[in-house]
Amino acid sequence: MGLNLDFSVVLERWPLFWDGAVMTLKLAALAIVFGAIIGTFCAVGRNSGNRLIARACTLYVEAIRNTPLLVQIFLVYFGLASIGFKFSAFSVAATALAINVGAYTAEIMRAGFESIPTGQIEAAEGLALSRFQIYWHVILLPATEKVYPALTSQFVLLMLASSVTSQISAEELTAVANYIQSDTYRAFETYILVAIAYVVLSLVLRAGFWALGFALFPRRRRLGTAL
Amino acid sequence: MGGSLNANHLLFLGHGALWTIGLSTIALIGGGLLGFLIALARVSPSRAIRLLSGGYVQLIQGTPLLVIMFLGYFGLSALGFSISALMAASASLTIYVGAYFGEIWRGCIQSVPKPQWEAAEGLGLSRTQRMIKVILPQAMRIATPPTVGFMVQIIKNTSLASVVGFVELARAGQIINNSLFEPFLIYAIIAVIYFALCFPISALSRRLERRMGNGRTKLMPA
Repeated sequence: MGLNLDFSVVLERWPLFWDGAVMTLKLAALAIVFGAIIGTFCAVGRNSGNRLIARACTLYVEAIRNTPLLVQIFLVYFGLASIGFKFSAFSVAATALAINVGAYTAEIMRAGFESIPTGQIEAAEGLALSRFQIYWHVILLPATEKVYPALTSQFVLLMLASSVTSQISAEELTAVANYIQSDTYRAFETYILVAIAYVVLSLVLRAGFWALGFALFPRRRRLGTAL
Repeated sequence: MGGSLNANHLLFLGHGALWTIGLSTIALIGGGLLGFLIALARVSPSRAIRLLSGGYVQLIQGTPLLVIMFLGYFGLSALGFSISALMAASASLTIYVGAYFGEIWRGCIQSVPKPQWEAAEGLGLSRTQRMIKVILPQAMRIATPPTVGFMVQIIKNTSLASVVGFVELARAGQIINNSLFEPFLIYAIIAVIYFALCFPISALSRRLERRMGNGRTKLMPA
């Protein structure tokens, strides 16, 4: 029994693949935006003098980073449903992904904060900048600039990890593939095409973040390098 | 529906947890061997080998593990092999972990300071001798914290073997939930077990990292 590949029946369904890819990008975009916000606040919280807040943020980061995304998604989706809250698979998927990537972002941002020399913060205090100004101009922006490459790799990984949400039938790329392979009985061909689609998506995302980096960080633009 | 959580359920979960550990070990060994070869190929003097191994890493790192799982499961059977879920999951995880270890270890090999390479060459060591006697021992020291850190990823990623029907911890939880329908309780227990497996390793990796960091600052001029 040799290998007999037939892509035609699968390729015929390309509009479904397209919709799935768009859905994957939507999920990833939502999760990245909210995850970045959660993560940044959490990193600030861990840095703050308040021990209770710092502890809570550490607990969140460790709990998320040491459990599988699949289990987190099941816990949110089936757990909420069992106590009477019914949300669409898409909104649960986006929420779970945002909570997940938020923890990783927090850890990366913390490394960024630690890389800011104390002298710079003292200098900013000496210049009588307000606490908010110090946080924004001296800590947050330079720290983000430093860890930007790590952040973007994490975000690309998140886009790939969003495939796990197919398990609660959010209709993204992998869920579409599952549907098409059960419809055509061409599983191998379907998943080969989907794998290629994900590689293309991750390249597109990488290119997008690279361009965004130039737009966000003028220093990168002027010097051609970060810091 | 199916009664309440009892000792048999917990036994079943324990059995699943053992398989999670078993599958993680298989992935660690298989992926480690493959990753080592990839890392060596990535710093090979031959351009073709470098490009080929680099392409492999890019391809695997651009594909979700879930899709690799499906490819392993359906692909190997399309090739005419009749395979078990364990074999499909092991093969997929090995392919996946190999690419990441390859990339991590390439970085470690290349972060051994350049003068070390040159000094070894100056002493007339052959390429193999230089690698085995000079570069790899130092690279291994650098590689320890990220390698231990990645083991956490491996354990968490074995949960995706559940999609091809392999009964590890996550799948065991799903099966019990299907009979009891107590998702909050059961998935919380599953999450706690995963946490208990992963957290000590994360903590160890962090400690190693700190120790390395200290070592490095000591070497830096004041």
